[in-house]
Amino acid sequence: MSEAVVRFRAVDKVFGSGADATKALDRIDLEVPKRAFVSLIGPSGCGKSTLLRLIGDLTRPNAGTIEVNGKSAHRARLDRDYGMVFQSPVLFDWRTVMRNVELPLEMSAIPKRARATRAQEMLALVELTGFERRYPWQLSGGMQQRVAIARALSFEPAILLMDEPFGALDEMTRERLNLELLRIWQQTGTTIVFVTHSIPEAVFLSTHVAVMSARPGRILDVIAVDLPQPRNDLTREDERYFGFITRVRERLRGGDAARPRAVEVAAS
Amino acid sequence: MTFVDVVIALAVGWELVKLLGGDGFPGWTPPFQWQIASDLNMPHVWDIAAAFVEPAQRNGPPLGFVLANAAVFTFREAFGGFVFGAGLGLALAIVFVHSPLLERALVPYVVASQTVPIIAIAPMVVIWLQAGWLSVAVISAYLTFFPVTIAGVRGLRSPDPRAMELMRSYAAPTRDVLLKVRLPAAAPYLFAAFKIAATASVVGAIIGELPSGIREGLGGAILNFNQFYVSGPPKLWAAIIVAALVGISFFAAVRVAEVVMLRGRVAVAES
Amino acid sequence: MSRIRYYAPAATLFVAVLVTWELLVSVLGIQQFLLPRPSAIAAAFVDHLDELATAGRNTLIEAVGGLAIGGVAALAVAGATARWTTASRTLLPFAIAANSVPIIAFAPIMNNWFGVLNPLSKMMVVAVLVFFPVMINTVRGLTLVEPGSLELMRSYAADELAVFLKVRIPNALPYIFTALRVSATLSLIGAIVAEYFGGARSVLGQFIITEAAFFRFANAWAAIIVASAASIAFFLIILALERVALPWHASARATDAL
Repeated sequence: MSEAVVRFRAVDKVFGSGADATKALDRIDLEVPKRAFVSLIGPSGCGKSTLLRLIGDLTRPNAGTIEVNGKSAHRARLDRDYGMVFQSPVLFDWRTVMRNVELPLEMSAIPKRARATRAQEMLALVELTGFERRYPWQLSGGMQQRVAIARALSFEPAILLMDEPFGALDEMTRERLNLELLRIWQQTGTTIVFVTHSIPEAVFLSTHVAVMSARPGRILDVIAVDLPQPRNDLTREDERYFGFITRVRERLRGGDAARPRAVEVAAS
Repeated sequence: MTFVDVVIALAVGWELVKLLGGDGFPGWTPPFQWQIASDLNMPHVWDIAAAFVEPAQRNGPPLGFVLANAAVFTFREAFGGFVFGAGLGLALAIVFVHSPLLERALVPYVVASQTVPIIAIAPMVVIWLQAGWLSVAVISAYLTFFPVTIAGVRGLRSPDPRAMELMRSYAAPTRDVLLKVRLPAAAPYLFAAFKIAATASVVGAIIGELPSGIREGLGGAILNFNQFYVSGPPKLWAAIIVAALVGISFFAAVRVAEVVMLRGRVAVAES
Repeated sequence: MSRIRYYAPAATLFVAVLVTWELLVSVLGIQQFLLPRPSAIAAAFVDHLDELATAGRNTLIEAVGGLAIGGVAALAVAGATARWTTASRTLLPFAIAANSVPIIAFAPIMNNWFGVLNPLSKMMVVAVLVFFPVMINTVRGLTLVEPGSLELMRSYAADELAVFLKVRIPNALPYIFTALRVSATLSLIGAIVAEYFGGARSVLGQFIITEAAFFRFANAWAAIIVASAASIAFFLIILALERVALPWHASARATDAL
């Protein structure tokens, strides 16, 4: 693998202050290789979403350093090095699908015609050609998420940050979108950091699964999932697939028993 | 920022405007000349304050006293209008929610009723019901019932369909559904409307007094002082301030009632 | 349900009431000057068509002018203060309280400031009347933005101006139109009530009062109907504008009568 696109060193994150302070993340060390697909998985409240938002400079660490794409996270955000997809699509009601995808391109002062072409390309990538003039409320949940993905990739970022993007969808749509996401990943060569609650999803999608402990969140283990690429429906029947799922599950459970009770940061 | 802060800010701003464009003092000529800021059109704040303690008429009681009585008089009419209007509004809302046919028949007229200028209907109401408390309360109710009807219908229809299904599974009679589910759900909406209705009832009461020839209320006071404007502009302003206070106080009272009755519930944004 | 079936009960009621009204007044011999027959009102309408048209136009000008003045001022104030979200939302309760002041009490003051015969005095009453609803709603629309949208814009390193233009303003449009709908009817009523305190002869308010004072109620009712029709027309124009400006909003919402 090549150089790290995201690098965390001894990162702490604390919310609140004084007596109310809670430590969300504890001494996080993490390296995300270029072109990898890394899933973050852990129990509720373990800080995986917080970790993602630290990468995106949507919140700042209390200790440690974060490097994104060879720069500070702040610089990376200003340079628009990453695209983000949230659990809810966050599309603008008042814009058509096409104009929603064009939104980040407008910020980069890209001329009108180039924007339109790019948006068309992205919609083709997520297989929503023909829906350009629709409004978000006319699309299903799954389709809205695909528009959100198209938008996140429209300016060709090096990294894609995804926070449980398929969490609100039904199982079958989820599985279909998993395959689509993998296809998009192969086609664009983007590095993806993906937060999920679902162990099978994490194993199916990723090259690496980072298992986190309960709060305060720590990286318990990074499991390299060396199932063959490209992944498809057959992968879900592979014995090794189930083997990895079991490994992740046990690591999650084991992490729970092994960790000491949550340490509150005392007032000092 | 509190209410007092706002009042002080307003008074300071008022005098500032006068300082810049009004009639000036001996030793100070304002840089601008604004007709609006003259002492006739914008009496000094202290002149208005002084007017409250001076007699309204020769050898009569102080203006403040007169206006206070007028305020109470008008408030009684407004409160009556509020009660009638809110009652009518709620009744209409309940009818509409239970009878789609009546709703379709009557809603256009309910909406159209608000396009008829109340000031035009007022003289006729006064003739039908004889000038007095009742006719003013009816006119006030006319302005009050509409927001309550609208909010009532929205609120009574707002409960989660699953809650309604639950009541069906209990074979609950319509009356129980109304009392146990619909009305509690409608409460936040109704209170938002009550606040609007409180204001509307005061406006309605003042307007209702005008064609009735009723002189004891605030409407009468405003008309009266308007006629004698040139001889004493501060008096008209004093009357307006008292009218404003009545409107705001009624609104605040409803707000307090809302907080008490809807303890712990999320307030619905007023529309 | 087809449009005809939907409006049938209301239309039937209208016809029924008209007919009953006409018959009752004749049969019961109710004094004409208390409650004129619909036919008498129709006749009055035809007789005074010119006067009514002029009065209607003048009053409408006051209403529209006032709405323009008050609306623009409200948008400007809301736009200027929305930048500081917490500050403008603390001001909201005061604006709401100010809205509960009977604005109509200012009519005499405006007459004194701008002149009784000057339409501007009526426009100013209307302007103050519509200022607060429009301002309150605009502030709400500009500040009640989904946090997710704001975070999205942060991830694009968008500056405040971009957020304002691309997110806050489109978000505020439905709120602004809600306020405009209410203001449409409010402006016409406000103009007429303001006219009560004095105005030129050829305005609806003065016309109604004069006719009522001479017990010529059929004429008064004819004028009332003109006022009502103008109000409804104004409201429908705003609705049409809303459909044009917010095509995404109008079609997404189910038609609600109320």
